Amino acid sequence: MTTQPSEILDDSAPETASPERLPLDAWHRSRGGRMVEFASYEMPIQYEGIMAEHAWTRTHAGLFDVSHMGQLAFSGDDVDAALETVLPGDILGLKTFCQKYSLLLDENGGILDDLMVSRRPDDFYMVVNGAMKFEDIGWLREHLPDNITMNHMEDHALLALQGPEAGAALAELIPETADLYFMQCNAFTFGGHDLWISRSGYTGEDGFEISVPAEGVEALADALCALPQVKPIGLGARDSLRLEAGLPLYGHDIDTKVSPIAADLGFAISKRRREQGGFIGHGRIAKELTDGVPSRRVGLSIDGRLPAREGSLIFVGDAQVGMVTSGGFAPTVGAPIAMGWVATPHCAIGTALEIEVRGKRLAAKVAPMPFVPHNYRRLKPGA
Amino acid sequence: MSRYFTEEHEWIDVDGDIATVGITEYAQEQLGDIVFVELPAEGAKFDKGDDAAVVESVKAASDVYAPISGEVVEANGALEEEPALVNSDPEEDGWFFKLRVADSSEFEGLMNEADYRKFIAGL
Repeated sequence: MTTQPSEILDDSAPETASPERLPLDAWHRSRGGRMVEFASYEMPIQYEGIMAEHAWTRTHAGLFDVSHMGQLAFSGDDVDAALETVLPGDILGLKTFCQKYSLLLDENGGILDDLMVSRRPDDFYMVVNGAMKFEDIGWLREHLPDNITMNHMEDHALLALQGPEAGAALAELIPETADLYFMQCNAFTFGGHDLWISRSGYTGEDGFEISVPAEGVEALADALCALPQVKPIGLGARDSLRLEAGLPLYGHDIDTKVSPIAADLGFAISKRRREQGGFIGHGRIAKELTDGVPSRRVGLSIDGRLPAREGSLIFVGDAQVGMVTSGGFAPTVGAPIAMGWVATPHCAIGTALEIEVRGKRLAAKVAPMPFVPHNYRRLKPGA
Repeated sequence: MSRYFTEEHEWIDVDGDIATVGITEYAQEQLGDIVFVELPAEGAKFDKGDDAAVVESVKAASDVYAPISGEVVEANGALEEEPALVNSDPEEDGWFFKLRVADSSEFEGLMNEADYRKFIAGL
């Protein structure tokens, strides 16, 4: 029996001789985490099992160590205007203590990375993908004005607490976090350490991302996992949760070949910025908003139980019309689901398609995303 | 009846000229939650080492090889309805398929249970 590399293990980071260890490395091992290499780090793929961890996060609260991600802080005069030259989002309009999803685009409008950016009282805070962080840092340094200081916060760990009981759990340790709504953020303290916490995540559930100095992360993880609602969750469930939530994974569902418009990430580009431009990659965005795109990122629901995975080809009759970029068995849905790219004429919701897996054609349909409804704590219902 | 093991973490029970094939407890533990098993059709003929079945866990697809040469006489239909049987009872009810043995000399290269325990202890 041989196991083909999982798509979540296969990563676009350059190979290094020996992967690095996270601040919580020993903590993961002592809790039974099965460690695998991901984004040049040794990270826990699972503890008790992906299905159980997935279900726990959808019903209680899961603690994810995402310290491999890049945490960056930007400061300097007119730093918001400077960031607008490299991000397509409305950064000038981003309120203090608020967070926004954004993208780094290359000159051709291809996606270099996706990220979260927050305005803090004295600077901007950005979280980028672990596998891309060093490329991102190089790109940003090259394209931001010299007066902008960029600090790579390598001395900070990052935890994500996700699930319907995440709010109650974190409020037991830090009561003031109950005041945060989805995509808001603020400074807090725990155990004598300064934390920066946003109400956001990558599972579709309510939850938080917690930036904590590396020397304080173990005490925080211990305190959270001592609560009855909280268990540690590995990368395996992180991937199945984000797929059900319809959230793209960089390097798989999106990359430099695709634009934010075709990737269904146009929400990250505000009306003002679509019209005015002034950011790297705007030419392609403007053209695609006018002329349309040849293919789009869509959700796919699949008949039967056989999963279609990354790389499976999508057909209408004999014609190949697309390719799966993420796929697997969706524990909460109870069926295989996938995300992929499909030619625009075939990407309307409900369109019948076939996906080829090991010579067999699986019946599939273009499906609305998310596959499992988002459960965010929004400031205004429906906002 | 004797049980053999392979370095690919399959077990083979031999009863006369019929060999029952499954994956080991160690293999199911490594794979994690199994969501689908693709089994060979009755009558399929394999040479030793051919791809014979596919196990899909939540995270990956894994090939299961024919540990010996032979013709499939039965596949475990219970796995279609309940693939998680491979997790809960890999070495009994979670068997994959039965082969009519083509060449019993192929058993010589396989491990017995004690050797297999030693083999996985060294992994």
